[in-house]
Amino acid sequence: METSIDNNLITRSENILERVITSTKIRDAVKGIKRIKRSHRQIRAENVFRRTLVIVALATVVLVLGIMLTLIIQSTLSIKTTGFSYLWGKTWDPVRDIFGAYPFLLGTLLTSFLALFISIPFSFAVAIFLGEYYPKGWLPNLLKNTVELIAAVPSVIYGFWGLAVLVPIVRVFETKIGVEPVGVGIFTASLILAIMVIPYAASLGQSMIKMVPSNLKEAAYSLGATRWEVIRSVILPYTKSGLFAGILLSLGRALGETMAVTMVIGNTSLIPKSIFAPGNTMASVIANEFTEADHPVYLSALIELGLVLFLVTVVINMIGKRLTKQFTN
Amino acid sequence: MESTIVKSVDYNAYFGDNHVVKNVNIEIPRNCVVAVMGPSGCGKTTFLRGINRMHELIPGATAKGKIMLNGEDVMEMHPIFVRLKIGMVFQRPNPFPNLSIYDNVIAGYKLNGIKLPKAEKDKIVELSLTRVALWNEVKDSLNKKGSFLSGGQQQRLCIARAVAMEPEVLLFDEPTSALDPISTSTVEELFHELKKNYTLIIVTHNMQQAARVSDKTAFFYVGELVEYDDTKQMFTNPADIRTQNYITGRFS
Amino acid sequence: MKTAVKYRIGKSTGFQVLTIVLAFSCVVPLIFILIYIIQAGITKINWHFLVNLPKPVGEKGGGIANALAGSMIIIAVASVIAIPFGILCGIYLSENKTSRLAYWSRLCVDILQGVPSIVIGIVAYFWLVKPLGSFSAISGSAALAIMMLPIIIRSTEETLLMLPDSLREAAFALGMPFHRVILKVIIPCGISGILSGVMLSVARIAGETAPLLFTAFGNPYLSTNIFKPMQSLPLLIFNYATSPYNDWHDLAWGASCILLIWVLLLNIFTKIITRKWKVQL
Repeated sequence: METSIDNNLITRSENILERVITSTKIRDAVKGIKRIKRSHRQIRAENVFRRTLVIVALATVVLVLGIMLTLIIQSTLSIKTTGFSYLWGKTWDPVRDIFGAYPFLLGTLLTSFLALFISIPFSFAVAIFLGEYYPKGWLPNLLKNTVELIAAVPSVIYGFWGLAVLVPIVRVFETKIGVEPVGVGIFTASLILAIMVIPYAASLGQSMIKMVPSNLKEAAYSLGATRWEVIRSVILPYTKSGLFAGILLSLGRALGETMAVTMVIGNTSLIPKSIFAPGNTMASVIANEFTEADHPVYLSALIELGLVLFLVTVVINMIGKRLTKQFTN
Repeated sequence: MESTIVKSVDYNAYFGDNHVVKNVNIEIPRNCVVAVMGPSGCGKTTFLRGINRMHELIPGATAKGKIMLNGEDVMEMHPIFVRLKIGMVFQRPNPFPNLSIYDNVIAGYKLNGIKLPKAEKDKIVELSLTRVALWNEVKDSLNKKGSFLSGGQQQRLCIARAVAMEPEVLLFDEPTSALDPISTSTVEELFHELKKNYTLIIVTHNMQQAARVSDKTAFFYVGELVEYDDTKQMFTNPADIRTQNYITGRFS
Repeated sequence: MKTAVKYRIGKSTGFQVLTIVLAFSCVVPLIFILIYIIQAGITKINWHFLVNLPKPVGEKGGGIANALAGSMIIIAVASVIAIPFGILCGIYLSENKTSRLAYWSRLCVDILQGVPSIVIGIVAYFWLVKPLGSFSAISGSAALAIMMLPIIIRSTEETLLMLPDSLREAAFALGMPFHRVILKVIIPCGISGILSGVMLSVARIAGETAPLLFTAFGNPYLSTNIFKPMQSLPLLIFNYATSPYNDWHDLAWGASCILLIWVLLLNIFTKIITRKWKVQL
């Protein structure tokens, strides 16, 4: 009798066990199916995400191509009308549809190079000061941050200050040296540009100078060189290309600067007779006349200026970046 | 001429508050090769760089005591004068990359603004390069930049550059540790030749090199000059137990 | 010999003095400008100044409310456009160091960084102003967004490149899919660098005028319609400063003071935050 009860127990527990195992198997199977479904979903989401990334990266390329195309297409009218003599045409007369960009090319080159000429000694002084003489400390750090703040001030504020403060001073200066006291002009614009452009060559130059291996400097010291001699014969030759890249960076910035220059350059389309005369740069003439361009050729001529400006600044910036990359490798 | 050329009297060197060279008193005889050895961090390089006033180039580094060169205290002179009389060769060969081999050899003169007629410059270049056994190898490429030279040749160029200044003492800071074995032995052969005209002080990490090339050896340990003796004596019968332990390899 | 050396040592000291003098004299114009602008503008700022619209010429009073609101709207819209775009592109560049698309994309980001702001304004004019038929805030925002992109992309890429590979490997080893690894692990770890890149880009465009000249164009009234012209602080300063009316000059001084302080604070704040975060990294 007991065996049959035992048998029943055994069968019953076997049944229960079987049921438990099947249900766990089902549970696991369900879990497994859910996991596979989730994995499929995740794989799809992963692909969507990857594809989005690719699209975004493509979009940057499309953006730049679009910028170039827009500039080229909008300039074609002017290119067809004036042809290549645009670049050396000395008259800019929208009324008679004569468009020569030479005054603005000249204005741009004059202001940018004069600004560079004035600012380079200061930029290099900051670079050598921070890179070689005093690389650490709270005062050098303060100087570094203050110089960087120069680049942070909006250009319209430089322009307004230039208009209100610098122009009268230059006017007084011009009376003293016997030039027509207009105040505004190439010279004033170059002064403002020079201030604005100091931080660029300074910060790049400083990081280049810090990279000179101390090995080389020690070799020079051990031969009895003074600090100036080490700078002149080891540091400067070693960082030559890096410092040049810094100058190009400052130049690129100066070429494209619009607002501060527009406010103090005098805005005339005549060829400036001296650096104290008013003039225009490519950027400032676009800023001033774009919204007043009443017929298509006029607008197209302005866009062509924009195209030239675009090409020149991009080329200079790319050369500068290539040099920097070469140097840091 | 007195036989001692360099003598340090109670020389101490610090990096900030860190006392790295403690009370070193050593006398180095003329035309002698002295090896300075010891474990890492024992102050041997710091002491060496103190002799030609390179130590103070590091921010926060100071030194006390006297270092006499021919009876004159180096610590009282302007560093430039010191370095004209005491030349240095560094661990990694450092010829000036923008100068030709010729210009590298006479770089010392150019840097110091000493103008010489070409004939004299040629003589100095030939003599210095001959003294480092490099003349025959580079005499046809004097105007090329030295980047094509091997490590050993570059190091010999640096020695030539130091020798061109006609110093009295030459300091070497682990001059062969960055070189392959063949270049190392070429440079070591030089030491025998060089000591005819100069006094050499060589910091080395390599005990066998010290035993091979030097007349006298100084053993530094934790900033102190523990033992200073003729090389043969030091290596066969060291007086101090620490020297003994170092030589037998108990620590390096 | 001794005199020759003395001369050389003197030259060396002289050069050091010259360097110090030149280096510190750079900041003199900046400090002078700061003081001048703040002095000239601070007296013009009061509650009325901040909440009123500019009055027509000849009438006293007036304020710059339209410019303040306009600036904020334009910058906000520009950020909304540029930030997701820039961060995603930065992620792509940091994950694909060698693909051809990455090479060209990086090149284009470099080119974008060098394009003068007025040229971007021209392009935005043809892309958004002409098709939509009028000047609009959104075209201005688009131009500003294009200027923000290189900064955000560059700093995101650099931040993410600095994170150790072991981080990504650990996440992948746990079976996480790619997008989760990036969004839940990599980005949170690099968030400080990314955010400072974003702040830098905002600081960069906060004071920009040229791209807005023929896009947002300006508006004498307070407007919140992004499809219509809108005033912005730098535009107001430019227009009123170059006008011949003294009342308007006063407005421009007050506006300059506000813009200058705001931009400088933004820059200084960004520098402090970046340094603090960099140390923690």
